Amino acid sequence: MRSRFAFRPAHALVVLLACALAGCGGGGGGSSKDELVIGEYGSMTGGDADFGQSTKRGVDLAMDDLVAQKQGKVGGLPVRVVAEDDQGKPEEAATAVQKLINQDRVIAVIGEVASSRSLAGGPICQTAGVPMISPSSTNPRVTEIGNYIFRMCFIDPFQGTVMAKFAAQNKHLKRVAILKDVKNDYSVGLTQFFTDAFTKMGGQIVALQAYSAGDQDFRAQLTAIKAKNPEAIYVPGYYGDVGLIARQARELGLAQPILGGDGWESDQLITIGGKALEGSFYSNHFAADNPDPKLQEFLGKHKKKYGMEPNAIVGLAYDAANVLFLSLDKLSQQDPPAFKALGSSQAGGADRKAALDKLRAIIAGTSNYPGVTGIITLDDHRNATKSAVVLEIKDGKKVYNTTINP
Amino acid sequence: MTEFLQQLVNGITWGSVYALIALGYTMVYGILRLINFAHGDVYMLGAFFGFYIARLTGAANDPNPLRAAGVLLLSMLGCGIVGFVIERFAYKPVRKSSRLAALITAIGVSLLLENGGMLLFGADPKFFPQIIPSANVPLGMGVSISNQQIIILAVSVALMLGLRFVVLKTRVGKAMRAVSYSHTAAALMGISVDRIITFTFVLGSMLAAAAGVLVALQNPKIEPYMGIMPGLKAFVAAVLGGIGNIPGAVLGGLVMGIAEVMVVGYLSPTWRDAIAFVLLIVILLVRPQGLLGQPPAEKV
Repeated sequence: MRSRFAFRPAHALVVLLACALAGCGGGGGGSSKDELVIGEYGSMTGGDADFGQSTKRGVDLAMDDLVAQKQGKVGGLPVRVVAEDDQGKPEEAATAVQKLINQDRVIAVIGEVASSRSLAGGPICQTAGVPMISPSSTNPRVTEIGNYIFRMCFIDPFQGTVMAKFAAQNKHLKRVAILKDVKNDYSVGLTQFFTDAFTKMGGQIVALQAYSAGDQDFRAQLTAIKAKNPEAIYVPGYYGDVGLIARQARELGLAQPILGGDGWESDQLITIGGKALEGSFYSNHFAADNPDPKLQEFLGKHKKKYGMEPNAIVGLAYDAANVLFLSLDKLSQQDPPAFKALGSSQAGGADRKAALDKLRAIIAGTSNYPGVTGIITLDDHRNATKSAVVLEIKDGKKVYNTTINP
Repeated sequence: MTEFLQQLVNGITWGSVYALIALGYTMVYGILRLINFAHGDVYMLGAFFGFYIARLTGAANDPNPLRAAGVLLLSMLGCGIVGFVIERFAYKPVRKSSRLAALITAIGVSLLLENGGMLLFGADPKFFPQIIPSANVPLGMGVSISNQQIIILAVSVALMLGLRFVVLKTRVGKAMRAVSYSHTAAALMGISVDRIITFTFVLGSMLAAAAGVLVALQNPKIEPYMGIMPGLKAFVAAVLGGIGNIPGAVLGGLVMGIAEVMVVGYLSPTWRDAIAFVLLIVILLVRPQGLLGQPPAEKV
């Protein structure tokens, strides 16, 4: 009796393994349906879940447009988006991208928001020769991974300079303290670029303190900053931590304005920070009170579907998806056989690789695309060149303050 | 000097949170010799219960001290029930098995609460309502403390004194001490060991819930994984003070809080988590029974 039962799990395992191997060898599970599969990875859960969820909303809105205008097809082939959750962890981001490329056989990847996670997923796309468009990772190293990696946003050297310019020239500040997130490539990068630009303009960084994302208590750092009596505090972190930092700063009697970057961009920022954030400023990709008709149309669509105002992350993801659809459409016109190879589940490895490279070249040539987050032109380093806006938090709302050009 | 004093105040208030969580660890360990790894997650549940109770009772929109106290007590009650259920369905069935089985069960319960919380409450961090509006209280010499920090300290001290009273001056406390000495002997004296163990779990969970609500009041971002690190640190605090020893847990918590804040303020914030475990290693090498612990008597 006993030995007979002992065999059963082993049998099951062998069968399972055989199935899995056959599935892999069969090339995408042997489905004969031709379609364009696009991958998306982001933090749908975790400490900065709003980033991944916002990205998903942007991509979904772009898909809605495609369904409304072209029955969800590009060049005659249906488009399908596969979204993966990376839980806000770089190691999970790598796994998610592996799965998208190997299992779902995606032809392009959209993601991530956080630079640390784009830096984890990017090399896998580069090696596999699958174009990746990061909607909103601003750290310069992201597109330095290789020629298959693109982004729809400006980069941190520019963003850091914007805030330094704003502090030195618009606000005439001389003494600024910085509180950075040491675990975050984005925050460390912005700190560096802000410091460089601000000291060049005659300013002084009077204190440099650090925390690790997810910390609950920042009083020790803020007490040290208070002792140096700065005119403003630059906190280039993510919204969840920033809200807490602002509250604790006010409790310790620090009344200075707090400055930040686009990591603040979330509807939860003000929910968490409350009144403590009044009179603070941050650099961003767009301002919702900009009257541009294309932007206003997009805001209307988002409000209709989700019942709330979108943030810049949604806009960038929307632009990323649309640039990708446009590039695929161009490919279908310029090189129909290559386009067919992308959509076909049976295409051989070499054909597919050549087609992916053609798609990459077309994305790289994106120029003067009128997105909702501004006119997008990709430069030689595959970064978008656009202007940045500075928003002020006033009466619990994000209000446009000024635009700063590259 | 001002800066140092301010850091000291920061450290003491942060440490009192560790002390509250550490009390639950130390009580359960003292009686069962079980490290209840789910304790940090009960602390998380306390914060979430407080969050929902505050919203349901309207304390979120109309803050007043009476309602805030109500939120705290109801959340403690809720976690007391959770503690009872955990003990009854997870730990009691394995009480006669090896200690390793109980330890692994504790880890299982911890994972269940974390991921169950993720499922139930959602992954997005929630914002704990201001059931007591914050205000600054200057202490002189440029040092200030927030009224919320004062409340944390006051409630922590009150709960610790209350616990000490229960353990040392009441019949049930006497029974707890007897059970911690020997289960068999206590049972022979007519003490219902099961009931005492359940009572200990309920009490420990209530303390964790109080810590959860108090911390959320001060740091209003709450999420299902928020209990992991404070849980670990409080465990270290309990060991530091001498595990099984109630004043030791309080002392250990305060030492940990002050050490962390000083390391962040004067050295590097990246060492914040490291200092806890450095302290643990040092104490295990130098004084393995903990600061206030008694060295175990050799039983013949």
